[in-house]
Amino acid sequence: MKSIYHGLSKTEEVLSWGAEALIVKTTFLGHPAVKKVRIPKPYRCRELDEFLRRRRTLLEAKLLHYSIKSGVPAPAVYAIDLAKTTIVIEFLEGELLKKVLEKKKVNNLANILEEAGYFAGCLHEAGIVHGDLTTSNIMVCNAKPVLIDFGLGAFSRDYEDQSVDLHLFLRSLESTHFSIAEDVFKHFIRGYEKARGKNKTEKILSNVKDIRMRGRYVSERRIKRKRGQITT
Amino acid sequence: MSLNEIIILGIETTAHTFGVGIFSSLKGILANVNDAYVPLEGGIHPREAAEHHASVAHKVLSKALSIANVKMEDITAVAASFGPGLGPCLRVGCSVARALAAHYSKPLVPVNHCVAHIEIARYLLKVSDPLVVYVSGGNTIIAAYSDGRYRVFGETLDIALGNCLDVFAREIGLGLPGPPHLEEKAKKAKKFIELPYIVKGQDLSLSGLLTKALEIASSDTNYSLEDLCYSFIETAYGMLIEVTERALAHTRKNSVVLTGGVARSKVLQKKLEIMCKLHSVNFMTVPAEYAGDNGGMIAYTGYLCYSHGITIPVEKSYIRPRWRLDEVDIPWFKQD
Ligand SMILES: Nc1ncnc2c1ncn2[C@@H]1O[C@H](COP(=O)(O)OP(=O)(O)O)[C@@H](O)[C@H]1O
Ligand SMILES: [Mg+2]
Repeated sequence: MKSIYHGLSKTEEVLSWGAEALIVKTTFLGHPAVKKVRIPKPYRCRELDEFLRRRRTLLEAKLLHYSIKSGVPAPAVYAIDLAKTTIVIEFLEGELLKKVLEKKKVNNLANILEEAGYFAGCLHEAGIVHGDLTTSNIMVCNAKPVLIDFGLGAFSRDYEDQSVDLHLFLRSLESTHFSIAEDVFKHFIRGYEKARGKNKTEKILSNVKDIRMRGRYVSERRIKRKRGQITT
Repeated sequence: MSLNEIIILGIETTAHTFGVGIFSSLKGILANVNDAYVPLEGGIHPREAAEHHASVAHKVLSKALSIANVKMEDITAVAASFGPGLGPCLRVGCSVARALAAHYSKPLVPVNHCVAHIEIARYLLKVSDPLVVYVSGGNTIIAAYSDGRYRVFGETLDIALGNCLDVFAREIGLGLPGPPHLEEKAKKAKKFIELPYIVKGQDLSLSGLLTKALEIASSDTNYSLEDLCYSFIETAYGMLIEVTERALAHTRKNSVVLTGGVARSKVLQKKLEIMCKLHSVNFMTVPAEYAGDNGGMIAYTGYLCYSHGITIPVEKSYIRPRWRLDEVDIPWFKQD
C-alpha cells in the first residue's frame, strides 16, 4: 500500500490504518491535527466506492459539527477536501476507551462510562445516531469521553436507529471485553438514562433485545413466513 | 477397528439438508452423505423440509455406514446438530440421533451447527485462528476466536445473504440457487444503479436492498435486468466485504476463511481475496462439499466435543433452535 503514503510530508505520521480510513497526524495552521483519508476500495465497483467515500466524508464533517453544537465533545472540524475524500480535524491527546478498559478496573471507570452513556443519550436527543458506537470510537481525554468516527452516522430520531447504536455498543463489549461487558453496560446505561429519561431508555433497551434475536435466527423467523411470500 | 480409535456418527438437520457424516480419530472423515430438500416452488417450508428429512433419514444413514464400511456397533458416539435452526427439521434429526444412541447404548453429543462450520473449516484448511465469514441461506455471521469462545464480530441485522440473493433471483424469474444466475446476468451489465447500501458499525442490513431492488424490477422499465443484477450483487457483496474488513481491522487475525452455502460464489471469493490482499492476510474458501450444511462437519465437531467430555443424557436432550454461537465453550482451541 505504498501509494497511500505518497503525498505525506516528513512531519506527518500515520497513526492508524483502520477498515475505512488512513489516519495521519499532521498540523493545521499551527495546531496539531488529524487527517482522515478515506481510501479507495478495489473490491467495490468504482461508482459505488466513490459514492460511499464522498457521502461518508461529508456526513462525518457535518455530524462532528452538530455533535459539538449539541454539547457532545467531538474533535473540531478544520477542513474538508471532498475530491480527496479527506477531512482534517482536531488532534485529541488521549487514549481509546478500549485500551483504558484493558488497563483499569471497571469500578474506577464508572464516571467515565456513565458520562459516555450520557453523551450517547444527548446525541440521540439531538437527533443524531453515531452508527458505529464501540469502545474503539470513544477516546478518553483528561478523564472525559470524546466521541470520534461519525462516518456511518445519520441524522435520525428513529428509535430503531437509536437501538442499533446501543446494540452495536453492547456487542462490541461482548466480543472484546466479555468478562466486564455487563458492568460496563450498566454504567453506560445509567448515564444514557440521565439524558433520555426512564421511558425512552426502557423502550430502546427492549428493542435492543429484539434486534439481537433477529439476524442470527432468521431461520427461526422464517417459520412464520408463508411459502413464497416475501417478508423482509 | 483398533482399540483407541474413536468413531463418531454425526447428523446434520438444521434446515434444508439431512446429512450423515462419519469421522474416525485415526482415519479422518470416512463418509459424508447429504440429501437436500429442494422446494418445488417458493422458499424453504420447515414442515415439508422435516417430512423430507424423515423420508430420507434411513437411506442416508445406511449409505453413510456402508461408504465408511462400519456398523452401528463400531460407532463410539452419536452426534447431532441441536441448533440453531428450524424446529421441525431439528426435531427429525435429533429424534434419529436419540433413537440410535438409546438403541445401541451410545453416548449422545450435542453439536452447535455454527461451531461445526467453523471447526470443519479449520480442520480442512489447516488454519488455526481465522476470521470466519459464514454466509448461508439462514446465517450471515463474521466470527473469530477470543478467550474461550467464538465471538461474533459482525452479522446481519435482518435477513441472511443467501436468503436475500435467492429471493431476489426467484422473484425476477431466475432459477435457484440465486448467486450463479445473478452473477451470470451481471456480466452483461452496462451501468451501476444506486441501491440501499446499509452498514451499521460492524453489521449489515440487507432487507432495504431487497425491497428496493424488487420494487425497481417490478415497476421501473428504465433499467435493464442485467444492470439491476449487477448493482444488486455489487451492493450486497460490497456490504459483506466491508463488514468483514471492519472485523479484520478490529481482531487483527491473519487469515480469513469463507464458508456456508454462499461460499461457492466465485465473485464473492474474488472480492474477499482482493480485500485480504490489501491487508496482507491469507484468504481461503472451504471446499463446496463442506461449505454447505453437511453431516461430516457434525461428525468431526462431535469428535472434538466427545473427546472433551461433552455428552448429554438422552432424556435431557432438547433441541435448541436459538442456540447462539457465542454461548458455546471451545475447550479444544489452541492458539499459537
Ligand atoms: N481526532 C483524533 N485525535 C487523535 N487520534 C485520533 C483522532 N481521530 C482518530 N484517531 C485515532 O485513529 C483511530 C482510527 O480513527 P477512526 O476515526 O475511528 O477511523 P476508522 O474509520 O478507521 O475506525 C482511532 O481509533 C484513534 O486511535
Ligand atoms: Mg474507528
